[in-house]
Amino acid sequence: MTTMTETGVTTQVYRVFIKATPEAIWDAITDPDFNQRYGYRGRSEYDLRPCGAFRADASPEMQAMGMPEHLLDGEVVEADPPRRLVQTWRVLWDPEMTAEGFTRLTWEIVEGDAGIATLTVTHELDAAPKVARQVAGDVPEAGGGWSWILSDLKTLLETGAPLAG
Amino acid sequence: MADDDDRVFKALADPTRRFLLDRLFARDGRTLTELESELEMTRFGVMKHLRVLEEAGLVVARRSGREKLHFLNPVPIRLIHDRWIDKYTERRVSALTDLKSELEGTA
Repeated sequence: MTTMTETGVTTQVYRVFIKATPEAIWDAITDPDFNQRYGYRGRSEYDLRPCGAFRADASPEMQAMGMPEHLLDGEVVEADPPRRLVQTWRVLWDPEMTAEGFTRLTWEIVEGDAGIATLTVTHELDAAPKVARQVAGDVPEAGGGWSWILSDLKTLLETGAPLAG
Repeated sequence: MADDDDRVFKALADPTRRFLLDRLFARDGRTLTELESELEMTRFGVMKHLRVLEEAGLVVARRSGREKLHFLNPVPIRLIHDRWIDKYTERRVSALTDLKSELEGTA
């Protein structure tokens, strides 16, 4: 959780423990029927092979609030279900953030003891300071970034219902 | 899970560990040597505190070339916020709403 620093570290790391199988977590990330049920409620589609397309679209509710149809785009770099997904990730709803270009996102799932798996999200945000503030949840009125998305994902997987709101 | 919350509260109960989290909040992705330089404590002592923070999920260590960098992970604090803070503030709000209805004779 950081923005540009003296040492040039522009990576943000988020980790959450989830009582679920790695397969269930993988599906929650990559299956559009599932990934539109938590976080910002956009629908993400992945073509799960190297150079496959990634796209996230706004829900009708988000579009009614003035968001464009396409929210994010990118490419799959590496897909190793249900353990590791590496992708590029670019914001499309804000011209300044779009101009910061593609960032790199790595999802890692590790199976642990007692049916609890660890999901680690590493977001490399070189030359993308505005996107870095957005995903860190530092932008007022723009949601809670990765912390909030992962908190909601955990709640949905463990209880079957997302956080309210 | 209750165990997760216990570990987070225990980790946050120590002023040195809160100091380390504040240092990482100010500038993330630091080595043990950098963190150690800001504390009047042995390297071993700092390592022990970082270990508790890692076990609570509040710090995630990642290798970057030959260095091991420590990152602040805000998700456990977010989870405590969602589970505890939201819960109690919501209740206070609904208690006031109930009081208002009662006083206005609409309950």
